[in-house]
Amino acid sequence: MTEWLRHHRGLIPYLFLVPGGLWLIAFFVLPLLTAVSVALQEGSLGTGYRLTFNFGIFPEAIARWDDQLVRSLQYGLIVTALTMLIGYPMAYTIAFRGGRYKNILLLFVIMPFFTSFIIRTISWKFILADQGFFLGTLKDIGILDQGFRLLATPVAVISGITYNFLPFVVLPLYVALERINPKLIEAAEDLYASRTQAFLRVTLPLSISGVFAGSLLSFIPAVGDYLNAELLGSRNTTMIGNVIQRLYLVNNDYPQASALSLILMLGILVSVFLYRRLLRGQELTI
Amino acid sequence: MAGSTGFAPTADRLPDRRRPLPTRIRTAVLPVYTGLVVMYLFLPIVVMAVFGFNDIQGRFNFTWQGFTLEHWANLFNRYPALNQSLFNSLTVAVISTLVATTFGTLIGLALTRYEFRGRGPLNLLIFLPIATPEIVLGASLLALFVSAGVSRDLTTITIAHIMFNISFVVVTVRARIAGFDRALEEAAMDLGADELTTFRKVTFPLIFPGILAAGLLAFALSIDDFVITQFTAGQTTTFPLWVYGASRIGVPPQVNVMGTLIFLIALVGIVLWVAFQRRDMTARPTTLER
Repeated sequence: MTEWLRHHRGLIPYLFLVPGGLWLIAFFVLPLLTAVSVALQEGSLGTGYRLTFNFGIFPEAIARWDDQLVRSLQYGLIVTALTMLIGYPMAYTIAFRGGRYKNILLLFVIMPFFTSFIIRTISWKFILADQGFFLGTLKDIGILDQGFRLLATPVAVISGITYNFLPFVVLPLYVALERINPKLIEAAEDLYASRTQAFLRVTLPLSISGVFAGSLLSFIPAVGDYLNAELLGSRNTTMIGNVIQRLYLVNNDYPQASALSLILMLGILVSVFLYRRLLRGQELTI
Repeated sequence: MAGSTGFAPTADRLPDRRRPLPTRIRTAVLPVYTGLVVMYLFLPIVVMAVFGFNDIQGRFNFTWQGFTLEHWANLFNRYPALNQSLFNSLTVAVISTLVATTFGTLIGLALTRYEFRGRGPLNLLIFLPIATPEIVLGASLLALFVSAGVSRDLTTITIAHIMFNISFVVVTVRARIAGFDRALEEAAMDLGADELTTFRKVTFPLIFPGILAAGLLAFALSIDDFVITQFTAGQTTTFPLWVYGASRIGVPPQVNVMGTLIFLIALVGIVLWVAFQRRDMTARPTTLER
């Protein structure tokens, strides 16, 4: 074996790639292709499916679930903006002011992951409950109206998703900010830039790679999320993920569900591509 | 710049109490803010832990009714299905971590240490599963399994977990190997070691922390996965799926206790890991201050 390899050195990297590469082809690429083929089939579980190349299913699905598609996009954008707004100052503080507490602060950021995603979301359901400890107390004191509620509103769903993906934003932002040499910022201030100017023209542009990575890590899972909408929302906060999940697992409407999940994936890839161009454009203008 | 500690970026600051109040407030804003965000991150976890001690009367664990240790004492003998689901989660996590870490490390090695054709498509194949929403991964796998007539059980869950973990392992391991000094391997070879010995005695020990980190990440992602698991599980339950099912009728406090225990185990593990790493590093000054 070793003798044989010595004579075919160029093959070694391919041998390394074979198991993982085949796995990804078999269980990532092939399923996607299957989803395409299923979307183009007509029929039902009872009567069986036939491939009819029904491309009309895509515009049909978009027209039928347009509310949920638009809502998912809106929630995704709002969540991304919120995680950035909340996460950036935090990442900045850890990177530039963390000192010897840097590692412990980073540990705090990832510690929520030590608890199950679903348990945390159920915890939020409890925290936001109408007569729960928090809202109930505020209502009893009279700060909030008795009829006030958060659960089953868009606010609850959006804050739930924001909470879930905040750490994904803080980490890449921290990595990008940590790399910035503080002397560059000092230099800007020495050259009479105000603190705001120094931030906008030095720190922010230099951290743009973290902004890009962080916003993708929050936007992509946020748009596809359905657990928060299900546990914290109501019928008026249904997202596209809920529709796909229901069509697949409850209604067994595989063509429609596959079509929708492909639309979701394509929509996200297009947004990522546009966003990348947008940020690159910004980099050039600064 | 003040005297001998001129290297430190904070050296030109006056001691706290001698600075004017507005400056003190301004410098306190960010740390206070960060503290508040940390509290926000921990709020649901604290709630989870506290309500594991709640002496509930009925099915709903929503209002505080008194302190009890009963749920800790009866952690495993109330809900056999919950134990089974936890066991399923652990099984899937262990197998998928081992397989994905092996496969992913091999790809990471190929990508960083060899020249070969097809790098572009390979990078795309690694990147796309990370950039695809979980629901699309899960739904497509279900489409595949249904079309192929495969019944869903623990095996299909494990297959799916290996799939999404490979990419994360590659990314983590690659980052570690990228900062690796090839001269060390060359030195070993110059000293007469053959390729296998060099790999075993030099390369592997050096990249091992990266592999371990990737494995930990894979384990954490697997044991907590809900979306892809829900699509590939069939009638099988894992811990997150069981909790989800229970959430419709009221989550028993045993779930809070298990969540708290998992949190504590992970925390202890991380602290030990950090301590181990710190001891491992040769003494080197981290600051020039004091």
